[in-house]
Amino acid sequence: MAAHTGVLPGFRLTLGYTLLYLSLIVLLPVAAVFGKTLELGWGEFVDVVSNPRVLAAYRLSFGAALAAAAIDAVFGLLLAWVLVRYSFPGKRLVDALIDLPFALPTAVAGIALTALYAPNGWLGGWLAALGVKVAFTPLGILVALVFIGIPFVVRTVQPVLEEFEPEFEEAAASLGASRWQVFRHVILPHVLPATVTGFALAFARAVGEYGSVIFIAGNIPFVSEIVPLLIIGQLEQYDEAGATAIATVMLVISFTLLLVINALQAWAARRGGKEQ
Amino acid sequence: MDAVAALPALELPARRAAVRPVTTEPVWVRRALIALALAFFGLFLLLPLAAVFVEALRKGWAVYLAALVEPDALAALKLTLLAAAIAVPLNLVFGVAAAWAIAKFSFRGKALLLTLIDLPFSVSPVVAGLGLVLLFGSSGWFGAWLAAHEVKILFAVPGIVLATVFVTFPFVARELVPLMQAQGREEEEAAVVLGASGWRTFWHVTLPNVKWGLLYGVILTNARAMGEFGAVSVVSGHIRGQTTTLPLHVEILYNEYQFSAAFAVASLLALLALVTLVVKHAIERRGDFAALRRGSRT
Repeated sequence: MAAHTGVLPGFRLTLGYTLLYLSLIVLLPVAAVFGKTLELGWGEFVDVVSNPRVLAAYRLSFGAALAAAAIDAVFGLLLAWVLVRYSFPGKRLVDALIDLPFALPTAVAGIALTALYAPNGWLGGWLAALGVKVAFTPLGILVALVFIGIPFVVRTVQPVLEEFEPEFEEAAASLGASRWQVFRHVILPHVLPATVTGFALAFARAVGEYGSVIFIAGNIPFVSEIVPLLIIGQLEQYDEAGATAIATVMLVISFTLLLVINALQAWAARRGGKEQ
Repeated sequence: MDAVAALPALELPARRAAVRPVTTEPVWVRRALIALALAFFGLFLLLPLAAVFVEALRKGWAVYLAALVEPDALAALKLTLLAAAIAVPLNLVFGVAAAWAIAKFSFRGKALLLTLIDLPFSVSPVVAGLGLVLLFGSSGWFGAWLAAHEVKILFAVPGIVLATVFVTFPFVARELVPLMQAQGREEEEAAVVLGASGWRTFWHVTLPNVKWGLLYGVILTNARAMGEFGAVSVVSGHIRGQTTTLPLHVEILYNEYQFSAAFAVASLLALLALVTLVVKHAIERRGDFAALRRGSRT
């Protein structure tokens, strides 16, 4: 380790402790999942993860997470815009409550959304009259994932919008650009990296989400059964190997997403900070 | 300038209102966007929160209070507080150590270390729980050893604590690293050069500068620790009154169709979430914290 040896003490102690604690708490359980998969052998691994029921769960988990993150990207950008640019009554309350999905336990969110969207619920009754079923269908999963992901987009876009200098907009307007052109060609490119980062964060969270989804999903195999639930199902049948194989695919995707998010954040930082 | 000054004073505000600045939108666009944003906010955030309290009180205060003082609920509350009381200090110490090493020194592999610290944010809680099962379960890596020494981790309190520590791992470190990086190391170096010990330097120079960031990280850690569901659900074994935390207790009640009781316990957790948001908001509004955070982003 080529440590910068300044006058400050404590480098070995703090770095050593950091690495030890990281290894024990995080890396060891993750390594256990990979280790168990290696015991399986390739054939058995492929057998488990190519089972139609497992494939259906992957398709649902990734499809719903993608759709939810896309909805969050659009409405997150809108909320951030409204919070930064306009003033309206109740603005501070809205700003504070945006973080509710971070703070509210997922199981609480799950039963609350189910109460709203169940056929006899506040909104479910209305929607049923229109012929739309939300609770206990994939649409319910989408609703839960949109809830979980919204703060990720708002909180990544908001600071970028706040620091955006009005000079660029004034310059564009003085050169004859319409308000829509200014938004499309000046503001949007500037906030795009942050929006995409927020999208990726919301997606990463949504793929692995469990608590808020299982109550509203109905958990019907091939229809509304998400991957984390399938893992728990395998574990309850004492099929650790099956659970592990399914989880390994999730882990590999988590790692990939983490690297993508890191790259996106670097991109956003370059756009937001230095380029001006 | 003279022409403007010569205008009657009364006309000025009127002129300003009539000409829209080039950096904003027509009034109808603004109103439409605000309405759309508020509709989304109401539908996805306000309504679920309201539903928790309305459903909790649907059968009246007597049922509500009975659900909270019932022995299993109290045991769940105790376990939740215990798990948080262990997880928060552990991750606090880790966060401070990690931030000190990462922010005050330069070394190879720092980017990788930061990425690994973020790992629990992107690993599904259920997969984290599975990892603990594979380590401490009867056929796990340490299973035989634990059985021989009669130590129970899985389906017992230690497993729940470990799962909670895993999912709340990055919060304090994530908050402190950028703050301490933005702050630089000149102040600490000056203190050490003047003869202060490392510990004293940290206590009197570093800590006062990052105290709000530290509290911020602790608040987030605590909220997640008390509310964690997926990871804890895998390792808990759902033994009523023994290994159920408050969120798991909510699930059990809900699955038994005791909806009012489930929402009563859930409302306790929702209140915790609201307190968290109020404290978080109060910290964010502090000028020194806000300035330091802004500095840490650029």
